[in-house]
Amino acid sequence: MDTPAQDDPHAVAALVARQAEVLAALAHVLPRGALLHRREDTVAYECDGLTAYRQAPLVVALPETEAQVAEVLATCNDLGVPVVARGAGTGLSGGALPHRSGVTLSLARLNRILQIDPVARTATVQCGVRNLAISEAAAPYGLYYAPDPSSQIACTIGGNVAENSGGVHCLKYGLTLHNVLRIKAYTIAGEAVEFGSEALDAPGLDLLPLVVGSEGMLAVVTEVTVRLTPSPQLARCIMASFDSIETAGAAVAHIIAAGIIPAGLELMDRPMVAAVEDFVHAGYDLRAAAILLCESDGTIEEVGEEIERMRNVLERAGATKLEVSADEAQRLRFWSGRKNAFPASGRISPDYMCMDSTIPRRHLAHMLRAIELMEKKYGLRCANVFHAGDGNLHPLILFDANDADQLHRCELFGADILETSVRIGGTVTGEHGVGVEKLNSMCVQFSSSEREQMLAIKRAFDPAELLNPGKTIPTLHRCAEYGKMHVHRGLLPFADLARF
Amino acid sequence: MNHVSNPPTDPTVERLIEQVRAAQADAAALQIRGGGTKDFYGGALTGKPLELGALRGISSYEPTEMVITARGGTPLLEMEEALAERGQHLAFEPPRFGARGQATVGGMVAAGLAGPARAAAGGVRDFVLGACVLNGRGEMLRFGGQVVKNVAGYDVSRLFAGSMGVLGVICEVSLKVLPVAASCESVELGCNQAQALRLLQSWTRAALPINASGWCAGILRARLCGAATAVRSALQRLKNESAAGLLEQDLAQGYWAGLRDQTDKFFVAGNDGTPQASLWRVSVPATCPPLDLSGQILIEWGGAQRWYWTDAPAERLRDVAARAGGHASVFRSQARTTDFLTPVSAPLERIHRALKQSLDPAGIFNRGRLYPWM
Repeated sequence: MDTPAQDDPHAVAALVARQAEVLAALAHVLPRGALLHRREDTVAYECDGLTAYRQAPLVVALPETEAQVAEVLATCNDLGVPVVARGAGTGLSGGALPHRSGVTLSLARLNRILQIDPVARTATVQCGVRNLAISEAAAPYGLYYAPDPSSQIACTIGGNVAENSGGVHCLKYGLTLHNVLRIKAYTIAGEAVEFGSEALDAPGLDLLPLVVGSEGMLAVVTEVTVRLTPSPQLARCIMASFDSIETAGAAVAHIIAAGIIPAGLELMDRPMVAAVEDFVHAGYDLRAAAILLCESDGTIEEVGEEIERMRNVLERAGATKLEVSADEAQRLRFWSGRKNAFPASGRISPDYMCMDSTIPRRHLAHMLRAIELMEKKYGLRCANVFHAGDGNLHPLILFDANDADQLHRCELFGADILETSVRIGGTVTGEHGVGVEKLNSMCVQFSSSEREQMLAIKRAFDPAELLNPGKTIPTLHRCAEYGKMHVHRGLLPFADLARF
Repeated sequence: MNHVSNPPTDPTVERLIEQVRAAQADAAALQIRGGGTKDFYGGALTGKPLELGALRGISSYEPTEMVITARGGTPLLEMEEALAERGQHLAFEPPRFGARGQATVGGMVAAGLAGPARAAAGGVRDFVLGACVLNGRGEMLRFGGQVVKNVAGYDVSRLFAGSMGVLGVICEVSLKVLPVAASCESVELGCNQAQALRLLQSWTRAALPINASGWCAGILRARLCGAATAVRSALQRLKNESAAGLLEQDLAQGYWAGLRDQTDKFFVAGNDGTPQASLWRVSVPATCPPLDLSGQILIEWGGAQRWYWTDAPAERLRDVAARAGGHASVFRSQARTTDFLTPVSAPLERIHRALKQSLDPAGIFNRGRLYPWM
């Protein structure tokens, strides 16, 4: 994908000259070994977790200190070179996809845990520290970092901040935003800025929520102070079977209506249960139309009380089978299938595309029926897992990428799911981010004035639009092209509907 | 289409848009007005009132979704009553200043103030899920939504929490709500400030379900909320380990409401007694030892929010707060200052100015309400 210019010798020559210029400038601010530019060295940086999109970067910069980050940014700003910040590259929406004439700024070497404060229950870490490493460092104090995206073994806190990552526990413990107190970052000009503080607020506009989830487009995060949570004394999980997806969806509503906030509340449909059971052999109920995992954590007394309340609600809601984990081994077994939903799908299909929309919970059954119809319409299978507690769906569309027609149908299927989600009051991405993957869907979710406002906000931080340009917020032009395509297919009858 | 709770032909909305467009054309200042219960707070009011009172009503409330959506001018009381009927509440306990029922939902979000449960439950912005806002060009924009997990685009709706109306008009907002805790008990014990701060820290470290705390004039009070069994065992532990005594439910509720709405005698008496003094809000990391400041003091949020009635100069308070890793702002004062907030760094000031420019290019909304230069 990075080679269209090869046909044009002038463009290739210009790119080579630009690369030499950028390398020479960055060599003044970075040590030897902190700059990569040969194709064989930069190939590992060509994509993130969304491997369908690839692009060779002009240069990869690997600073080791904040001062070097600042100097790389200032240098790129002076030269007008785009900068794409990158953590572990586990993102699922192409947020870290390189820019053809830009610098990929790998922050993996800023990986020091600076302080664990057990009294304040905070950790201050550099951006390249892995999510799970924070919990490991906090464990001796009986604390952990609550947001747990499934890539937590590899993903970095800087990437979590960029994406506002969630995880199975965010229903009770919040998203990245709710667990971050302070961010140190650098503007594209290389100026240090702090968002939030170690107190509970900071003076002026609250820019923290704007920066969290901004996909590296507003500033480059180098240091984060996170809130740590006391490790619960006990966690127990209920695994409940339902004979229809509707009753399972209704059971989720009943749990919430009863005033219970489970530590985790996850749903898998029959195709997904079959796929994961074949993979992990955890003893899932293969006859169930849907399986609900419902977890309680806290003190021994709290968990005892809550599990009983959950059990009552689930039984009244029509669970056909119900098991409560007796010990930690059994609890982990209940979760093993859910945690392995993606690799299990990889075994039953050459490729799969994971969607990430969120919908109001009450439309869960409606949405699943709509997806069933789409399976027939596009001639592709789909397995479903979702964070039922917060309405975040992960339909996995199964296809074979070697078959161009299947890939095409898969893309249409995905767009259909996202647009249906928006139509029933949801959003195109709950936790994976827009990146490059969902740019078109942003045209559906936001009006042109909303998108222009977001681009204007970007320019307030980054006037020359050098930080991760082209991601997250589609341009008017792009949306116009997408709109034409859709109107042509007659799929977007509401494209020009004014919305309040 | 999603979230259409106000058709664009709604005359109330159309009138607001007209007023904003007219003001923009003349670069004329507008002061956005809900119930006016927080007029005392922030920079002085300037410009022609833009009344939001007619833009009211709960647009949707689905208890099983734990989300409520209401128009900006909806009385906060109306929202709280609707939630209470279904055993839910705004967990951040926003203050209800002034006469009952005056404060509005839009004003609550714009002021960004939270009550006693702030340290345990989170602040206003943590509960904002989405908003319809009117920017300075008279464009009605919707950001966020009605779902908890949403990372589509920048989280602009949360930026409006605590923005003091300088970025635009909050016409509608969706908030996450939570079930009221099954059980709440409060305790009190006598101790000095340093002891209180140490006790609060040790309780936090022990992961007790402390939901609110207040120390003033030698008495520390704490509220425990959660599952009945958890509250009971925490209560037992507190009684065993300290001289804490149970606070009777009515008294406790009165005390926490007094802190939340600032009807407590600390807030009222300070106002009457020393007319020269201002009420300062000092926000610091909770673990800071007692600050080197004199005056009447009340501590909340486990030590993270410290109120002072003092006539000490602003520089002194700001200096002490900054050295402790926090900031100080004037909350109530006889003489209105133009710089009630601690200034931000130069790069942040540039971002503030540019954000204001991007949302309100003619600078019509709430001039000087947040910073004199905005």
